[in-house]
Amino acid sequence: MAHITVTVDGTSYKGEVEPRKLLVHWLREDIGRVGTVVGCDTSNCGACTVLLNGRSVKSCSVLAVQADGCEVTTIQGLSDGSEWHPVQTAFKECHGLQCGYCTPGMVMATVDLLSENPTPSEQEIREGLEGNLCRCTGYHNIVKSVSYAADLMSAGPTKGAK
Amino acid sequence: MIPVEFDYVKVTTIDQAIAALKSGGEDSKIISGGQSLLPVLRLRMADPSVLVDCGGIDEMLGVREDGDSITIGAATTHHAVMSSPLVQQHALLLAQATATVADPAIRHRGTSGGALAHADPAGDVPAAALALNASFTIAGPGGRRTVAAKDFFLDYFTTAVGPDEILVSFSIPKCDWGSHYAKFNRTAQAWAIVGVAAVVNVEGGVIKEARIGLTNMAPTAVRASTVEAALVGASSAADITAAAMHAADGTRATSDLHAKADYREHLARVITARAVRAASGI
Repeated sequence: MAHITVTVDGTSYKGEVEPRKLLVHWLREDIGRVGTVVGCDTSNCGACTVLLNGRSVKSCSVLAVQADGCEVTTIQGLSDGSEWHPVQTAFKECHGLQCGYCTPGMVMATVDLLSENPTPSEQEIREGLEGNLCRCTGYHNIVKSVSYAADLMSAGPTKGAK
Repeated sequence: MIPVEFDYVKVTTIDQAIAALKSGGEDSKIISGGQSLLPVLRLRMADPSVLVDCGGIDEMLGVREDGDSITIGAATTHHAVMSSPLVQQHALLLAQATATVADPAIRHRGTSGGALAHADPAGDVPAAALALNASFTIAGPGGRRTVAAKDFFLDYFTTAVGPDEILVSFSIPKCDWGSHYAKFNRTAQAWAIVGVAAVVNVEGGVIKEARIGLTNMAPTAVRASTVEAALVGASSAADITAAAMHAADGTRATSDLHAKADYREHLARVITARAVRAASGI
């Protein structure tokens, strides 16, 4: 077993983990951050995307021990509970989801994309989200959601209200 | 899917890494970003007894200028490599090939050195390293040695890095030739069915020299040397197309779910012409 200390959504967690434990399993099973889901479990689908030290990663492809000393942001850490993150608002307004299973990963990948490129073109959005699969194939509205999120975020923080 | 049990050692220096590999024995394995290794472990296609995490060794991180070349630490992430101004200025082909690797989240974790040492024949980075005449610094119990790109890739998933050794960095002679990486795949984030990495030196509208690496046309990335020779003196699209007809010469393409060998050979000829035209502007 290994000792780890990881800051998740602003709270520091200490834990004992087997080295083979994947970050996504630690998030869900050990500290109850079940907003992050396991999709394909083969690094393809991106449903488990979280931010690790501010950049998107697939949490099924990171060992929990490798996150020791790092900062993780999950879908549950985007909002303080009173006001949605603008990306969440945009996905709701543009109906950027169907069954919703891919949504936590789509939202986190979008947050990462917009942090690097605040005004992406449609092509850049599609390439930026190429690691995230929607098996409902609802990509059209997802792309619209990302574009709308970019508009909301460039207009200022207050536009993110629900 | 959950990997088999293993021990995990995080090291901060090359010497610690070599010592950990030695004490772990032949079943120890290096991990850094883990974007190739963790999927393999989850599928239980490998069961190492010890993982030695080299992702935090300072010497293996970052891109630096070394006179006439640039040196890239083996644990530098794909994202850091493709965003590096030094790489974009002096080894643009590497940035172009890296930008096609998997997807953004994988590129945030996966490392350039990991992709090279893993040596997947369908990986994009090895062909670029070959075309750029990279050299590789390998550390082991007996010290350090440098291996040229042509001697680095030995076979399917096999490189000159021994089981008790570690790839520290790779260096690329500064190259301001035109460059392009053309990748043929069917879907987003898919592996290359065939890829072509090209750097071309054009003077007065005539190709003086070209170096071309092929992805997934043999058990390792390979140089298309017949094409390189045929391109010298080329000055028109027709010349390039004619030279590219040799792209499959001497290759050993395989058949799989995605393509039969003869289709790969056809693709190599077509994609090589496209890559050279894009790189040369001819």
